[in-house]
Formats: sequence, structure tokens, C-alpha cells
Amino acid sequence: MRGLDECHAYRLMLTIRCFEEKVEALFARGLIHGTAHAAIGQEAAAAGACLALRRGRDYVTSTHRGHGHCLACGGDARRIMAELFGKETGYSRGRGGSQLMADFSLGFLGSNGITGGGIPVATGAALSFKLRRARRVALCFFGDGAANQGVFHEALNMAALWNLPVVYMCENNRYAMSMPVERAMAVSGIAERAPGYGMPGLTVDGNDLDAVYRAVTAAAQRARRGEGPTLIECRTYRLSGHSRGDPRCYRTREEEAQWRRRDPIPAYRARLRERGLLSADEDRRLRREARDIVRDAVAFAKRSPAPDPATLEQGVYA
Amino acid sequence: MRTLTGCEALREALREEMRRDKTVFCLGEDIGVYGGAFGVTRGLLDAFGPERVLDTPISEAGFTGVAIGAALAGSRPVVEIMFMDFILLAFDQLANMAAKSRYVFGPHAACPLVIRTPGGGGRGYGPTHSQSLEALFAHIPGLKIVAPSTPADAKTLLKAAIRDDNPVLFVEHKLLYSLRGEVPARASSRVERLGKARVVRKGRDVTIVAWSWMTELARRAARDLAEAGVDAEVVDLRTLSPLDSETVMTSVARTGRLLIVEEGCRTGGFAAEIGFQAFESVFDRLDAPIRRVTCPDVPISASPVLEQAALPSQTAIAAAAAALMTDEI
Repeated sequence: MRGLDECHAYRLMLTIRCFEEKVEALFARGLIHGTAHAAIGQEAAAAGACLALRRGRDYVTSTHRGHGHCLACGGDARRIMAELFGKETGYSRGRGGSQLMADFSLGFLGSNGITGGGIPVATGAALSFKLRRARRVALCFFGDGAANQGVFHEALNMAALWNLPVVYMCENNRYAMSMPVERAMAVSGIAERAPGYGMPGLTVDGNDLDAVYRAVTAAAQRARRGEGPTLIECRTYRLSGHSRGDPRCYRTREEEAQWRRRDPIPAYRARLRERGLLSADEDRRLRREARDIVRDAVAFAKRSPAPDPATLEQGVYA
Repeated sequence: MRTLTGCEALREALREEMRRDKTVFCLGEDIGVYGGAFGVTRGLLDAFGPERVLDTPISEAGFTGVAIGAALAGSRPVVEIMFMDFILLAFDQLANMAAKSRYVFGPHAACPLVIRTPGGGGRGYGPTHSQSLEALFAHIPGLKIVAPSTPADAKTLLKAAIRDDNPVLFVEHKLLYSLRGEVPARASSRVERLGKARVVRKGRDVTIVAWSWMTELARRAARDLAEAGVDAEVVDLRTLSPLDSETVMTSVARTGRLLIVEEGCRTGGFAAEIGFQAFESVFDRLDAPIRRVTCPDVPISASPVLEQAALPSQTAIAAAAAALMTDEI
């Protein structure tokens, strides 16, 4: 696809998957504590969206399920893992944990522990771009649950009103923790709300990286042309539990199996193989690289020093 | 020296800062053509245009969050929240995002944001338009809180707040808007840093600590006290966060008596914090128990009679200070 390095995108999805599986395993073994939300099954949305942006120039805000978004923005797996370990070398030097990390040099304005918290922030970054006449775009990841927060409605209204260069990227993974989307909203999809704010809305297969990439590329171009925001709803599925210790009692194993058959990674692999873009050797190499990145990240996190408690009260103010 | 009202002084500060720094812009409800509910931004739309004097829909949480995003992206937004009571709609954005960004994300994530808002009672606006909520925000590390008591301070502290790299809650008492006072004509090129209290009246007998409109009442009470032979020192906090404990405690150590005046409710109020700090640091210098004059734990009524009964008064302040003179430990 134009502008997209498919093998790079594929490896990125593999890395995210491998990272998230490792996080779950580390939790199970008690090597990391606190909480973390894995995005297994949602890799295509993260990778497809971030690869459609200009790294470092465009801004991205993320959610509580943000490891993949950070990796897709070019984030350093080592520093993400170290943050999960609560180490000094982590993105937030152990202050944020799984839900709060940022890399401003990559335009990654941070994941967010408050559902929907990043929506007005991305909108404000877009406002700043507009005021400074910068041809840059802010992209805002959020989930189906966040679409029911007040700030979602407030921010989208303002973005359309002021024609801001922002892409609202909803990852509808079917559940807000245990709450199925159809029990949380009366309309059948988040994108249906777009006309109510006066912006285009579209629904894409969130498990199809190319489809996500195409949609975000178009929305970002539109934003850069000064034509305003777009709401994109990616239909996807969280194959993992909400967080550690989720009994998944709110959904059936059959439903999970159905979505597992639509796992974005094998589907993309098959597509690349079919198009002759990925040989079996190349595939093995990319998988090995993904594993190596994550293995190296864990080793880095393990050997990193803990934060110094003497620094506890530093940095509260600029 | 020329005199200005608090409202004019604030407007002048905004005008000077917007002229000086192109990244400064204002946003809020009815701040454009209307000039803000209390007229502070009047004329700024004509001077700076609709992008930098941005009227927002009634979406306090949303536009406060938008301002945070703009601040993180390199702008310096000045938000107007029409009444301090409405800031509760934006509490999450301020407490969970603006206040924590620098600490969690590091030096690149400073959030240079000012939230201007009219606080306090005395105008008969009733329970949801008269509150003094600064104590709630003083409990959130990462926010600065400024509450000027004079037009001159309104101007200099607003300029300092706009240049500060932290989120600053800037409380403008509604009665300050029409209060007239001397304000230096020429813009000083040096802008002070936030966090200095000021002894606004020197005295030997008792220290009265106050901020915002309560400082004005405390000064008036101090004049009454002087006639009764009590020499009160009045300390204007000017900023609650960072708190200039040193100035306060130095004064208390000298006078041996402390009265704190707070317009907000009693329980969990900021007066309690100052009182306890005095207990921790200058207990051995106290000649009398610490007293406070506050609003009782009730909502502010609309009826002038009930409103005046709730709010601290000049008389109550003078009476409490006089009583302190006969108190003993």
C-alpha cells in the first residue's frame, strides 16, 4: 500500500502482541505488580493508525490500554517495560506505571488512567496547532466506553465547531471492562454519532491494518488541509481480559473463539504471504526480532535500578 | 499614582501578556463580544481577534481539557471559568491531568495553564455562584493557587501566573472587580515569582492571616482594632500554593497570637492547614490558642440577610482578634 511498509507494520503488530503476552506472563508470575491492561487482538488499530501519522510532528493521546499505542508511535520497548516494573529507567521513572507514560519527542502525549481523559487533551493539541498555523494533526485513541463520557461530546463538538486538525480514533473492542457496548449506548455504533457533532464518521474493520491505515491517512490528510476532524470507529475485540484477574464472565468462550478466528496478525501474515511480500524465512526472522525486542526489554527492566525514594518530592512543579 | 479597579487591572495584565507573548490566548464562556460575565476581557476581542479570545460552548470539562492539551503542545492558555462553582465540572481535568502531568511525564510535560475564576460571595448570587473552593484545590499537589486582594496584585500576580510553567488556579474575588486601588502605570519588565506572602499592615499584638477579599476585610478590621488599642499585623497570603509559611510564621512568632480568616467553609478549610502549621512550627511562641473566622459549614444563601450571616465580616474579624488578646494558653 502506498506509503506503508507492510513488513514493518507486521513486525510492529508482532512486537505489540509479544509485549502484551509477556506482560500477562510477568503478572502471572508476580514479577510485576499493580495493574496493566493488555491490548491483545487490537494491534492492527494501534499500528495502522500510528503508521499513518508523521512521527514526532503529529501528536497522539492514548488510553489506559496504551502499551501498543506507545510502541506504534516508535516508543522504546525497554522504557515501557521498565515503567511496568516501576523502575527509574521507565518512561515515567516509575511515577506512572502501565497507564501513564509519554514520549513527547515522538509526539506521544501520553496514555491516561482516566477513561476519556485524553480526548479533550488531543483536541487542545489540535487547537494549538491551528493557532500556530502548523500543518500537524492530533490523533486521539479512546475506547467504546470513553465515548459515553461527557468530555467526548464536549470535545467533539468543539473540534467540529473550530475545524480542528484532529482524528478521533475509537477502538470499539465491544466491552467497557464488562459492559457490552449495546448495553451502554442506544445507537448501534460510535461513528453514528458523528453527524450529531457535524463531522464525518466512518466505521472500519479494526482488525484489518490496511483498512485502518487507509482511513487514518485520509482523515489526517483532511485535517491537514484544514477541513476539520473525523471520527473513526474501529471494530475490534480485546482477546485478553480487561486486566489481570478478569474472569471474563461477561462473555462466552464461543464469542472469543469467533473473534480469535479474526485475529489481525495471522490474517495480515496470510495477506502478505499471498501478495508475495513476506517469505517464510522473512516471517521467521520478523517473529524472532519481535521476541528479541521484548526479551531485551524485560532484561533491561530487570537490571534497571528502582527509583530513589529521596527523589519522591521532586518534580511536582515545573 | 493612577488608580484602577480590579477588573481593569486584570484586563491590563491580560492585554500586556497577550501582546508580549503570541502563544498566550484566552478561552472561556462569553469572553468575546460580551467581554466575560464580569467584564474582565472586554475589548480584548477587538484587540486580538476571535482565535486568541475564543468563546467556548458551555463545556467546562471539555474546554479545560482542551486548554491542557494546548498547554502541553506549546501554547499558554488562559481559561475563564465564569463562576468558581463551575470549576467542579472541570475538577477531573485539573486534578488528574494538569496537576500530574509534570510529575509523571517529566520536564517536557509542563502544563503552563491559567484558570481564572471569580470566587466568593457578597453579591447575593446564592449557593452555586458564591463558593470559595480554593481549599479543595490546595489538596492537589501540582496546582498553584493565587488569590489577590488588591488591583495592583491582581495585575502583577496574573502576569506572573501566565508566565509560570505550572497550572495555576487564579481566584478573582467578585468584590475585587470593583475595588479601586493604585496600580503602577508602567509595566514593570520584571515579573515576580509566585509564592510570596506580604505583610500589608505591620503590627505588634496579633497576626491576622487572610487572602483574597478577606485581606481587605482584615485590613478594615485592623483599623477598628487600632482604635480599640490593638495593633494587628495583617499578612496577605497572595498565593495559597506555594504557601509562604515563612512569612506567616515569622509574624506569628513575633506577635504570639494568630487569627486566620477564611471565606470558605470551616471543616477541612485552608485556615486549618495554616493553624496546624503554626502548631507544628511556632507552638512555643504562641501566647494564646489559634483562632479562625470562617464561613460555617453551610451553603451560601441568596438572601442578603442569610448571606451576611454566613460570610466572615469585618466586625467578626475584629471581635475574634480582640478576644485573642485576652485568651491565654
